[in-house]
Amino acid sequence: MKQSTVTSSGADHGTYASYIIGFVLSILLTIIPYYIVVYLDISTGFKTLSIVILAVAQLLVQLIFFLHLNTRSEKGWNFLSFVFTMLVVLILIGGSLWIMYHLRANMML
Amino acid sequence: MSSAAMDPHVEELDEHSITIFGFWIYIMSDCILFSTLFATHAVLMPNFFGGPTPKELFSMPFVLIETFLLLTSSFTYGLAMLAMHKGKSVQVINCLVITFLLGVGFISMELYEFHELITEGNGWQRSASISSFFGLVATHGFHVTLGLIWMLVLMWSVWRFDLTKQIKTRLTCLSLFWHFLDIIWICVFTVVYLMGAIAT
Amino acid sequence: MLGKLTWDSVPWDNGIVMGAVSFMAAVVIILALIVTRYGKWRYLWNEWFTTIDHKKIGIMYILVGFVMMLRGFSDAIMMRSQLAIAASAPGYLPPEHYDQVFTAHGVIMIFFVAMPLVIGLINIVVPQQIGARDVAFPFMNSLSFWLFVVGMALVNMSLAIGDFARTGWLAYPPLSGIANSPGVGVDYYIWSLQIAGIGTLMTGINFFVTIMKMRCPGMTLMRMPIFTWTALCTNILIIAAFPVLTVTLALLTLDRYLGFHFFTATAGGDQMMYVNLIWIWGHPEVYILILPAFGVFSEVVPTFSRKKLFGYTSMVYATGVITILSFSVWLHHFFTMGSGANVNAFFGIATMVIAIPTGVKIFNWLFTIYRGRLQISLPIMWTLAFLSTFTIGGMTGVLLSVPGADFLLHNSLFLIAHFHNVIIGGVVFGMFAGYSYWFPKSFGFMLDEKWGKRGFWLWVIGFYLAFMPLYALGFMGMTRRLNHYDIDTGWQPLLMVAMAGAVSIFLGIVCQIIQLYVSIRDRDLNRDLTGDPWNARTLEWSTSSPPALYNFPFTPVVDGIDAFWAEKQKNPVRPKETRPYVDIHMPRNTGAGFIMSAFALFFGFAMIWHIWWLACVGVLGILFTFIHRSFETDVDYYIPAAEIEATEKLRSYNV
Repeated sequence: MKQSTVTSSGADHGTYASYIIGFVLSILLTIIPYYIVVYLDISTGFKTLSIVILAVAQLLVQLIFFLHLNTRSEKGWNFLSFVFTMLVVLILIGGSLWIMYHLRANMML
Repeated sequence: MSSAAMDPHVEELDEHSITIFGFWIYIMSDCILFSTLFATHAVLMPNFFGGPTPKELFSMPFVLIETFLLLTSSFTYGLAMLAMHKGKSVQVINCLVITFLLGVGFISMELYEFHELITEGNGWQRSASISSFFGLVATHGFHVTLGLIWMLVLMWSVWRFDLTKQIKTRLTCLSLFWHFLDIIWICVFTVVYLMGAIAT
Repeated sequence: MLGKLTWDSVPWDNGIVMGAVSFMAAVVIILALIVTRYGKWRYLWNEWFTTIDHKKIGIMYILVGFVMMLRGFSDAIMMRSQLAIAASAPGYLPPEHYDQVFTAHGVIMIFFVAMPLVIGLINIVVPQQIGARDVAFPFMNSLSFWLFVVGMALVNMSLAIGDFARTGWLAYPPLSGIANSPGVGVDYYIWSLQIAGIGTLMTGINFFVTIMKMRCPGMTLMRMPIFTWTALCTNILIIAAFPVLTVTLALLTLDRYLGFHFFTATAGGDQMMYVNLIWIWGHPEVYILILPAFGVFSEVVPTFSRKKLFGYTSMVYATGVITILSFSVWLHHFFTMGSGANVNAFFGIATMVIAIPTGVKIFNWLFTIYRGRLQISLPIMWTLAFLSTFTIGGMTGVLLSVPGADFLLHNSLFLIAHFHNVIIGGVVFGMFAGYSYWFPKSFGFMLDEKWGKRGFWLWVIGFYLAFMPLYALGFMGMTRRLNHYDIDTGWQPLLMVAMAGAVSIFLGIVCQIIQLYVSIRDRDLNRDLTGDPWNARTLEWSTSSPPALYNFPFTPVVDGIDAFWAEKQKNPVRPKETRPYVDIHMPRNTGAGFIMSAFALFFGFAMIWHIWWLACVGVLGILFTFIHRSFETDVDYYIPAAEIEATEKLRSYNV
């Protein structure tokens, strides 16, 4: 219908180069946090912060280079459904942690 | 209101894009399934109940190799997709075989890790902390196993029927599934293993 | 060989249970004999069991939903009669049986009555409203339905073989853990919900994709009928919420079967996490049920007011806001758990906020009716009953959203009255409105108004008699799930009134059964030959009643909201069809969904009774049937143009 043949939904094809770049980046983004955690002698908080940031970077690399997520395919519905899912995930995980940690504190568990 | 009699776009809906869109939505629901397990893990992980902490349980180099296996398999699946778009069925099968072997390697390592934990007396019965580890990681492993079975069926059908339109659709769906499992593993790697190793 | 299953698993000595089982068995045997007598097995298999026609699947969902309503209602009337007589007396239901009754009542009414009615209606109506010939994944639709039937079958089997959970409808641990519920009751609960839930999840994906991808040309999102909008939002909620139920039940299963410690009272398990997780699913579930009911009212009100819906855009946005907010209120189900003032305040306020878009909708309906020429008929009567009843239910909900008040009212009959007020007043009335509204579309003849109105009044009066006393009883301190009580509490008179209400509802149901019988008997007098008996507004009324297999001979093209209505205004007499008919591509029926579900039934039953070999047979059967199905090539066909022309000619003759 309408202009829908622009891209075949979930997957833009991607190219050989994009897969190589994605692969190299993902390996790097695995090694760096591993190195930070296992070998570096820095504070726990800083370690946690840095591996979380690197994990988010890794997720973006995987989404862009492997899953070819963009804001155009399926007229943006793929992307929008992803955003909605992430919202629910955030509410679900964040809310559960918030509730359960307050519960622990109040119950002195 | 009127009717479109012969508009070809109307008469023949694009099954390929409908299926892939549907599969993408399934993946979104699976995303929520995993996030529930992550939430459970995050809540229960500190409940050691006198048992071992993650730091004492896991061998980091072992996990790093597991991660590399899965990352590489995601890459080789990508190569299979490139070959598919070029219509090279032999190359597709070759790439899938490599992907499959990497996946089997990953699962074998995971099973070995589970086996070690259980024989050391650190099975899921030990504490809620370890239960939550097994619940999350084994669910991922179960998904990978299903992906492997699916991959076998697809390898056979590419070999038997060549790259028909329907098989291309299915290969694309499995590619979404496989990359998605890779992403979930990245989260497992970060949250379960790396953060476990940091926590005191 | 048979796991935990023995001859003594059947409760031979329980008169009530064996009576119910014999009755059910007798009905099944009589039905089977009738089908055999008239040689209709082949017809049933070819036309119904293997069908992937969304209209027939929808009809089967609703049929199962109504049959299960009888089962769930008999549980209800047992509870009401027990409580009417159990003042300082044991009554006639011992606690271990009574606990199963209230658990089964909740589970059945939510999962096997409300859900199939909602999903059945979505099945029948949505593709017709968006001008589509079928759903996105027709085979998956049949599989969803049969998996749901498996869940229902397991719940009913629990009556005859073994027992059902005694835990309340959400099976909180540690009560539902293996230490405190060692029997098979909770396992029946787990597997029936798990299997039916997977079916529901597939339905969610199916209809989401259908609505997003298969709308007819010109039907932009903001031109969709409101029922389709609410169906879309309901399916989004299903997709986002049901995985949480799947995981929660799976973790409970691991606790029970393999000795995990997610929710156990020992080894660091956390029961409160179960409560948290189950309500992350449970609250959206409430909106999964109510949104389509809102959709029904939004179709009924403009049709019978002869006006376009007031505030279409605000209705859409209200639905969207509810969809998102429904994920941010779940803690109000357990304010008393002890997460503290900050957490309770946040969720309390979020709960109050979600009442706002619902209020917007109520006003939209009222303003649509205002200065309309309201034509009183069954669908609009249910709508009017809904408007008042649901508003009361909503107000008591806002009362409960104040954490301080909730500490007093938590788990009291006030709460029971509240949620029956919204679920019966909202979902059930909505489904009755939808049933009487779309019945002629599905079957080609009208429902009898006289018996319908009798049923309506008995239902509405019965509802108020049955549940208003419960609010008072809640304030008087009566808690839910009581088996018996002290006569000095002074509760008995009000419980007698509630019992009378239940009897009135029972008579209402009897009237509805008579209504169906009379309607079928007199169908030739009440044929709907126009396809548009209510002079309605949306696309589904532009076809014949019942519509042909392919719904639309030509895919419609629309250029606004209520396109069919606009067309009727322009051309009061339907123009003669001049376009040439073309072949129509349709999917072919398949038994794969039925067969896979049969294996799922074996699997579920085997898991409940620990018959491991049979469980393996079930899993492998499902897997191989699915793979086999994926290689089938003969999955579709073309209906020839000549056949379509003949069908349509016949219809224009009728018009």
